[in-house]
Amino acid sequence: MQLKNILNHQVHKPSKQSHFNPRMKKMKWLTFPYIIWMIGFIILPLIMIVYYGLTTKTGGFTFENILLINDPINRKALILALQLSLISTIICLLLAYPLAMILSNAKMSSNNFIVLIIILPMWMNFLLRTIAWQNILERTGILNRILDFLHLPTLNIINTPAAIILGMVYNFLPFMVLPIYNVLIKIDKDVINAARDLGANSTLTFLKIILPLSIPGVISGITMVFVPSLTTFVISTILGGSKIVLIGNVIEQQFRLGNWHTGSGLSLVLMIFILFSMAVISKYDKESEGNLW
Amino acid sequence: MTQNKLINLCNITKSYGDTLVLDDLNLYIRENEFLTLLGPSGCGKTTTLRIIGGFENPDRGNVIFEGKDITKLPPNERQLNTVFQKYALFNHMTIAENIAFGLKIKKKSKAYIQDKIKYALKLVNLDGYENRMPNSLSGGQQQRIAIARAIVNEPKVLLLDEPLGALDLKLRQDMQYELIRLKNELGITFIYVTHDQEEALTMSDTIVVMNQGYIQQIGTPEDIYNEPQNAFVADFIGESNIIAATMVEDRLVNILGTNFPCVDTGFGRNKPVDVVIRPEDIDLVEPEEDIITGVVTSLIFKGVHYEMEVLANGHEWLVHSTDLSPVGSKVGIKVDPFDIQIMNKPESEDEQATEIVE
Ligand SMILES: Nc1ncnc2c1ncn2[C@@H]1O[C@H](COP(=O)(O)OP(=O)(O)O)[C@@H](O)[C@H]1O
Ligand SMILES: [Mg+2]
Repeated sequence: MQLKNILNHQVHKPSKQSHFNPRMKKMKWLTFPYIIWMIGFIILPLIMIVYYGLTTKTGGFTFENILLINDPINRKALILALQLSLISTIICLLLAYPLAMILSNAKMSSNNFIVLIIILPMWMNFLLRTIAWQNILERTGILNRILDFLHLPTLNIINTPAAIILGMVYNFLPFMVLPIYNVLIKIDKDVINAARDLGANSTLTFLKIILPLSIPGVISGITMVFVPSLTTFVISTILGGSKIVLIGNVIEQQFRLGNWHTGSGLSLVLMIFILFSMAVISKYDKESEGNLW
Repeated sequence: MTQNKLINLCNITKSYGDTLVLDDLNLYIRENEFLTLLGPSGCGKTTTLRIIGGFENPDRGNVIFEGKDITKLPPNERQLNTVFQKYALFNHMTIAENIAFGLKIKKKSKAYIQDKIKYALKLVNLDGYENRMPNSLSGGQQQRIAIARAIVNEPKVLLLDEPLGALDLKLRQDMQYELIRLKNELGITFIYVTHDQEEALTMSDTIVVMNQGYIQQIGTPEDIYNEPQNAFVADFIGESNIIAATMVEDRLVNILGTNFPCVDTGFGRNKPVDVVIRPEDIDLVEPEEDIITGVVTSLIFKGVHYEMEVLANGHEWLVHSTDLSPVGSKVGIKVDPFDIQIMNKPESEDEQATEIVE
């Protein structure tokens, strides 16, 4: 259940009381390896991407790599990636919220079991799972054989955007369920009772109390589904065939071809999109807090 | 005693799994009464309150409110409001929004709501806190907001579950007076849950002493304190000497071999009983004939009085007095007849938990 804990941390807003005490100061050296790690594997690559993205092969400063997003093919890939990841995120949210609600109300024993079921697929390799879906969805795949056996019309969704969305939803759904579940179980039952006590029926209680209190989990879930969906190239390669190109595929292609400058430039654009969407979401969060009625 | 019965609990039975929490509980609450459910932790006070509030359904029995059966009514349709033990404020709303919650649901006008918020904050001494967030308030302040949030709805009954439990002593005492003042100002019925006997004695019109899901005694604070009906009540309500004794005849009880005149009648002749003598009702006098004499074995200064233990006739007597008798001194024990409270002896241990019919 380690993942559950990790997700847990995501959800928590930093608590007001810090846990600092004098002894903690002595422990400061413990943070050293982490700082090294962060510099080596997070800060440095980021600097390199910014550097490559803003320079030409000869080292001169340029916006050209970034402006390559205006190339019709790249722009189309970005827009399609945005569309598909948005749709998957919405589907994940619609599936995950009710599920998380049911889970958070269930009895403790069955509860852990269902959580296990949800994260069980994550114990299998991500690639394997996606390839399994390829096998299921193929023209002569398992799904169509079953449909054929039942004399039902066969489905042709492999190598379509629908297959990619399916792959995204399947792979990223747990990342939506768990953070929402985690905030929901932390809502004090008496807070809900208090709303009922003050005259709210179950619908109003949900809209005015449960939903707003669960927003941090929803935002966490959206982030954790939207970002990997937007940047994926594995799912689109396996389930989308060669005809459907997402921005992730374009970037991967550029790095494969050795065009580090182009790849980095397009990555920067993608990062800007992600930062922008995060900003929009958190702004919405603040507004919803002020505008309850 | 002629006031209306506002709430009537009839034959309420409730169990969680295999544990029977309430067994055939009967209780009524009169209009305008400050009624306290008092008992040790786990005796079923909260469960009783939650059944009245509608958060829990009894397995059997009915909750009657103003003559109507509301057993199946959801909490939002009941004309009562609850103050929860851990405040249960809405942390994502300002204080004003918290207080306005119930009123907005009832679709009151903006002006009315504004007035009510102002009025309620004044009532709980927190004027000007409208735009604060609950998390920025102290425990006592949050509790007062919880009370304000409940009373703006003008409920017929306010249910309070150990509302002062989390506060420190000084604040708790202040809040006790605030609550009594509020009750008198608002004229609503309070049903109050606590395990603190002092709090119950200070605030209540009526105290219901509970143990293990059974009502032990119902009465005014004076009744409960002066005339406990069994050893459990006597022991739970303040310190006392509970001694096995024999009722010789009407108005005469034999305690540890010495006859004491008392005021109780109707127990029969030579009947085993328990007597309760409050420590402050014992007078230590010069040893003389015909009274129990003993030796002071310990002495503690308690501020208002001295607490002494006197070993006499094989029993450690607890004595509170403003007069000091040094350790080792020989003393006689004297008790006025009306300060001796006689109780029927329970036939068995189990019966201590048996309901006492009013
Ligand atoms: N939801 C519950 N599930 C199982 N047992 C419970 C539940 N609520 C209360 N109990 C049990 O019922 C008994 C009475 O509880 P409660 O009414 O809360 O007591 P009090 O408020 O007097 O301390 C306790 O033994 C408690 O363990
Ligand atoms: Mg309780």
